[in-house]
Amino acid sequence: MSQDSILNTKSSNLKTEEMVLNMGPQHPSTHGVLRLELALEGEIINKVTPHIGYLHRCFEKHCEAMTYPQIVPYTDRMDYLAPMGNEFGYAVAMEKLLGIQVPERVEYIRVIMAELQRISSHLVALGTYGADIGAFTPFLFCFIDREKILNLFEITCGARLLYNYIWVGGLSHDLHPDFIRKTREFIKEFRPNLKEINDLLSHNRIFIDRTANVGILPIDTAINYGVSGPNLRGSGFKWDLRKDDPYSVYHKFDFNIPVGEGTYGSVGDSWDRYYVRVLEMEESCRIVEQALDQLPEGDVQSAIPKRIKPAVGTVYARVENPRGDLGYFIISDGSTSPYRVKVRAPSFVSMQILNELCKGYMVADVVTILGSIDIVLGEIDR
Amino acid sequence: MKKAEEIFQLLKDNFPASSLELKTDQPTEPILLASALEIDKLCLFLRDSSELLFDDLMNLSGVDEPKSGLLSVYYHLGSTKFKHKITLKVSTDRNKPEVSSVTEVWKASDWHEREAYDLLGIIFLNHPDLRRILMPYDWDAGYPLRKDYENPEFYQGMKVPY
Repeated sequence: MSQDSILNTKSSNLKTEEMVLNMGPQHPSTHGVLRLELALEGEIINKVTPHIGYLHRCFEKHCEAMTYPQIVPYTDRMDYLAPMGNEFGYAVAMEKLLGIQVPERVEYIRVIMAELQRISSHLVALGTYGADIGAFTPFLFCFIDREKILNLFEITCGARLLYNYIWVGGLSHDLHPDFIRKTREFIKEFRPNLKEINDLLSHNRIFIDRTANVGILPIDTAINYGVSGPNLRGSGFKWDLRKDDPYSVYHKFDFNIPVGEGTYGSVGDSWDRYYVRVLEMEESCRIVEQALDQLPEGDVQSAIPKRIKPAVGTVYARVENPRGDLGYFIISDGSTSPYRVKVRAPSFVSMQILNELCKGYMVADVVTILGSIDIVLGEIDR
Repeated sequence: MKKAEEIFQLLKDNFPASSLELKTDQPTEPILLASALEIDKLCLFLRDSSELLFDDLMNLSGVDEPKSGLLSVYYHLGSTKFKHKITLKVSTDRNKPEVSSVTEVWKASDWHEREAYDLLGIIFLNHPDLRRILMPYDWDAGYPLRKDYENPEFYQGMKVPY
């Protein structure tokens, strides 16, 4: 090498050998069994290849062997942090296929449950996100409140995690006599705690330094990749199926759709995606309050069909789950079990964006970005 | 916001040589039947036409139809601007299942197509990375969501039926 070329060699021009590092399948920040194959140039990410399927339980194949009502408990096990939402989506799709109208009271209770579930799901998302980055205290605070929501579910249907509560055409139980009072108490206690989470985590300088300007997701890319839910809204796009493709009785409630504004960095960074979830919890509280105020009387089981045997045909229905658009595609061949069920799981689709977001960032940022997408492997692998 | 009939008419005007058909006798939404090898061009038009702007691939699912000897793919498209929706369906021969990939149109279809390949064995032409996704990479006992699928006795020395 001549002296000239030695002098011109900057450290940035020196290429090191690309290294492949496996993150997972057993890794605390992958939120389940997920393997990420990282191609690294020193500390810099060149490519992320997710390998999924470790939790594959053949949900869709199982459905073909079961009757329609038997599928409800299986839907619980997909997004196991938001089973109420999964059941809700399945019920919406089936009722569209069967053409049945369910009583108002059922719809209201479903909305209350789905919104409480959204709060509990976001609490896990935010708590574990903080824990991934090194803030352990908010995690415990979040779980205290989540515990209270699980208690509410427990008095409603007896189960804490997998409910089998929302059935096609109705509900498995009516509300417990204490439910309304206890839910109001919970919301009253929860609002100050929300502020506490903000003080502890959202506006914490260390947390902001780790998340702001990391993993910026532009709107066009997000839509093309099918990213939905809080991740899409974090990019500043106002899109929420509860308003944009309304189902159930959501049109009766007054609530806002929070979007990312780039408060501490650029619009669509990890902090925005995180903060949209914080704001959504407050909106969910408002919906629950309104639904409790307007809750009509009625029988919650009057519309449940004795035998579900839809006509030959297909249906696609989607609902806004805590992680995004959850869609059910069901084909009926006129028998008592479906011919084909396909679930469009929001995490499954959002996960594809990971490589796009991580390119050029550091290894430590992979944890930040993955946490901000908020995946649940149960619904990715199904 | 456009109805399925209007979208169908628009497509027919722009693709006069293609075999298109609108099935309206459905209990829910009508289904637009298209040809498997032209679906990518059709989808590109659906996405970019200023009257349609189908920017959101809501869902993509493969279906096995052994009675008619076909494998089908359903596309559920939506537009975030106009909020209209359409369902497309293409069918292909079960023995040589080839469908054009739409990954160039919507990146979201990448994993959906891999899933349809993994579970039903549909080959998506021009897909950048057509590998198994949910099943193990070395699964050689066929495609589980086909109606005539049977579990193998053993997988890598482990007994499969339990």
